[in-house]
Amino acid sequence: MAITLIILLLIVGSVIFHFTSVWWFTPLASHWSAIDTTIDITIWITAIVFVAVNLFLAFAVYRYRYKAGARAAYQPENKKLEGWLLLVTSIGIAAMLAPGLYVWGQFVSPPADAIEVEAVGQQWHWQFRLPGTDGQLGKADIRASGELNPLGLDPNDPAGSDDIIIDSNELVLELDKPVKVLLRSNDVLHNFAVPQFRVKMDLVPGTVSFVWFIPTVVGQFDILCEELCGVGHFAMRGRVIVKSPDDYQKWLAGQQSYQQYQARLAGDPEFGKAHYQVCGSCHGANGEGNATLNAPALAGQSAWYLKRQLKAYQQGLRGTAEGDLFGAQMIAMAKLVQDDQAINHLLAYIGSFAAPDVQPQPANLQNGQRLYRNCSYCHGKRAQGVYAMNAPRLSGLEPWYLSRQLQYFKQRIRGHHPKDFYGAQMSLMAQSLHSEQDITDVVAFINSLQQQQVADSNGGTDDSGR
Amino acid sequence: MTAGVEVGQKEHEDHSGSFLTRYVWSQDHKVIAIQYGVTAILVGLVALLLSALMRLQLGFPDQFSFINPASYLQFVTMHGMIMVVYLLTALLLGGFGNYLIPLMVGARDMVFPYLNMLSYWTYLLSVIVLMASFFVPGGPTGAGWTLYPPQAILPGTPGAEMGILMMLISLGIFIVAFTMGGLNYVCTVLQARTRGMTLMRMPLTIWGIFVATIMGLLAFPALLVSAIMMFLDSVAGTSFFMPAVMSLGEQLDHSGGSPILFQHLFWFFGHPEVYIVALPAFGMVSDVLATHARKNIFGYRMMVWAIVIIGGLSFVVWAHHMYVSGMNPYFGFFFATTTLIIAVPTAIKVYNWILTLWRGNIHLTVPMLFAIGFIFTFVHGGLSGLFLGNVVIDLPLSDTYFVVGHFHMVMGVSPVMVLFAAIYHWFPKVSGKMLHTGLGKFHFWATFLGTYAVYLPMHYLGFLGVPRRYYAMGGTDFIPESAQSLNASITVSAIIVAVVQLIFVFNLIWSLRHGKAAGHNPWQATTLEWQTPDTPPKHGNWGATQPVVYRWAYDYSVPGAKDDFIPQNVPDSAVEVTDKLAFAEAGK
Repeated sequence: MAITLIILLLIVGSVIFHFTSVWWFTPLASHWSAIDTTIDITIWITAIVFVAVNLFLAFAVYRYRYKAGARAAYQPENKKLEGWLLLVTSIGIAAMLAPGLYVWGQFVSPPADAIEVEAVGQQWHWQFRLPGTDGQLGKADIRASGELNPLGLDPNDPAGSDDIIIDSNELVLELDKPVKVLLRSNDVLHNFAVPQFRVKMDLVPGTVSFVWFIPTVVGQFDILCEELCGVGHFAMRGRVIVKSPDDYQKWLAGQQSYQQYQARLAGDPEFGKAHYQVCGSCHGANGEGNATLNAPALAGQSAWYLKRQLKAYQQGLRGTAEGDLFGAQMIAMAKLVQDDQAINHLLAYIGSFAAPDVQPQPANLQNGQRLYRNCSYCHGKRAQGVYAMNAPRLSGLEPWYLSRQLQYFKQRIRGHHPKDFYGAQMSLMAQSLHSEQDITDVVAFINSLQQQQVADSNGGTDDSGR
Repeated sequence: MTAGVEVGQKEHEDHSGSFLTRYVWSQDHKVIAIQYGVTAILVGLVALLLSALMRLQLGFPDQFSFINPASYLQFVTMHGMIMVVYLLTALLLGGFGNYLIPLMVGARDMVFPYLNMLSYWTYLLSVIVLMASFFVPGGPTGAGWTLYPPQAILPGTPGAEMGILMMLISLGIFIVAFTMGGLNYVCTVLQARTRGMTLMRMPLTIWGIFVATIMGLLAFPALLVSAIMMFLDSVAGTSFFMPAVMSLGEQLDHSGGSPILFQHLFWFFGHPEVYIVALPAFGMVSDVLATHARKNIFGYRMMVWAIVIIGGLSFVVWAHHMYVSGMNPYFGFFFATTTLIIAVPTAIKVYNWILTLWRGNIHLTVPMLFAIGFIFTFVHGGLSGLFLGNVVIDLPLSDTYFVVGHFHMVMGVSPVMVLFAAIYHWFPKVSGKMLHTGLGKFHFWATFLGTYAVYLPMHYLGFLGVPRRYYAMGGTDFIPESAQSLNASITVSAIIVAVVQLIFVFNLIWSLRHGKAAGHNPWQATTLEWQTPDTPPKHGNWGATQPVVYRWAYDYSVPGAKDDFIPQNVPDSAVEVTDKLAFAEAGK
């Protein structure tokens, strides 16, 4: 009676698997223990039914297996038995539903004293906003968003001027304070999910949804996007950091309000020229780069990216990994321009250089084009870089530099630092370049795009990357 | 009625002409059923291959140069859509519905044979359009089988250029095909039953197919309109589902649309679709269980009502797919309640299947093994559904591998178990040959155990919180290394299961030629399709006279009767009786 035996084994095996599984809920880090209780009730009821029904099945198959000369019973129905089964099942269902609805009642009514913070998703990263001293968030609309106003705040709404803008994938929250996270999307559907908090909700463009919870454990927790949002979906990662009240206040003091964000100082190239002297010795007088000194071209690169990289070097996010010799050299150099004003002057001067011409290396451009498709979503069809996607310009960078960085990303030499979200994202994407040849091909294709860029700006408007 | 029968008969004789009219442009429901079945199985093998490819990436990340984040999503999407719509729906209704309805209700054919033929060719066209999307620039859509806008039609999603449009067109064509077929099935069941075949004497197979078809006719239009609206959003710049959005850093011209509206429309189709697949399976497995256990189905009337009630309720549970979609959260109360209520009639069906086995005389034939496998996997999948239906538990589990494990168990593995049971059960009637039993048993064991090894662990990855539709998990703090080993083992099991299906295909082909002759009624079943004068039945099914029905479909082991089955078309007077008193008693 193989089938009886196997069903018994599957029942026993499933129960053993259940109790020995190391794959189980992460330790709870919010106040939603009621959700875990509801799950426990459901597990017990369903487990009992699973075991009982299948044991009965196994027994029936064994007891009434075919025997020559035996004859089955004739029993069209049994109203009493059917009535009892109906009743018991209904009770079991009610026992699971009632606590579920009760807890859902709590979920739909966040407490009045919950702090409202905003999480904004866009392909494939997060930004956040905290209320300023007035305790409320100002109006926002994605149609107003741009480089100086990434969250699209309404400049005419006074409630928004002191809102704190966090242009990073990291949300910091205060321990034991109820928080209602308002969810907004700039482009497609996303989802705000933190497994340790147990709650999740989609971000829907055109509307605002929410989750609420009370963080109860100090620590850091992954934010995952759990609604398919395109090729970068799996790489859309963020993090919640829960801090004790003191630490939280310290952190808060260092953040920029919308007003400060708007007033970022413009740089003056004349002042920047002096700062550039040191850089120029490696990167070239006109930022054209120098392969023998392992210094990439700076000319043509977007200022926001250069600024982010300078800070990354300063803060140890880049150049600190084992194996990144050239990055390590840059750390000390980056520290020469510490204050924001100096950086802005420097970048203004670099911005005055003309982008250098780079010749593509011979390679399989067709393969490169195929591979570049995934890159193009963020870096642009012409590799021109897209601020909104946090993606730097690639055309104009020399083949040796691009190849090396791709290798670094692939080997997690870049993107290894836990705070380097954008690098980590690129590292995930770079994994799909499977060979040296792939890297050579895609780099050659990127370099070939520069000529097309030039052609575009000379009047060609062909946008047929599709 | 008699006149109609004779005219029909003449017409059918006219058609038995050339090879083309008999086997290609055939209006015989049986040939159309085989055409539907073969097409569905072939396209299903493509979907099976796609699932193996995506499992390779999940089990052994970045080892295969032909898989990248974009193609991974394309595999996921096409696998899902093909399996749900182009395999399961088409095979269960277009294949089994077509073959069994006229035979089981005692009709000579569908009431609209020409429309029936048109339905198949239209279905084939939809499959061709779908397959063609693999070869257009940008490839097929990778928006996930749910095709949620805005991402489905925006760059950044694979196939946003042409793949998604091909998908929408293909779905539109499929729905036209389904409507032609569906109207036919409903009309045939209502109008063409033979004398004596009352509704409450119909086999549960027919009840399942009948209710599922009505549901399809009501549900598919919601998908059709949403496909048309999304098509217009994409090519004509309308904003049905498109609010003001950015795309890759640029503002688009859309404004005012609602992505959630699409989800409501999609799931208003999508949830009934689950039961469009499940109800025919429920029906067929009931008949397989009764026949091979030599016992009447337990609680027939309750079973019929359960099918009807499940069919009705399934139209008011759709938003349980949307608990975390950002819709008004108060909907959660209503949809959680309706969803858990639907578990009651479903549980009744499970009890009745097992009570059918109870005190039976169970022949462990290959169809019976698959039917038992169905009960086990369906119980598992049904119970895990109680987690997801209960709105608060869906919060942690939604969009994780728990969902993947659940719906594969409940609408992947278990209906497929029934499909296999049904193929092993009815193949002898379709071909006149028995399938090879040894290969069949091997096929059963490998499929049953293999799929359990695939889907049970997935539930636990879901408890852990591993999200679905991720190309790679890299760099997530809460996911231990061991999750990757588990994924590797799932992949190995999945590939074994996939390969074993080739043995099944081999069995089908080999048995056509070399199988044992089946005879008219190898399982000694009561229902009408086994009482045809010819096996395989000829065009027109019944020869000179249509059968007349005298009893319900489940007169197995009737006390006092000599044989342990009495076909539906045998009057009491023709039954060989050994114990008159007991027989008369049972007749009450």
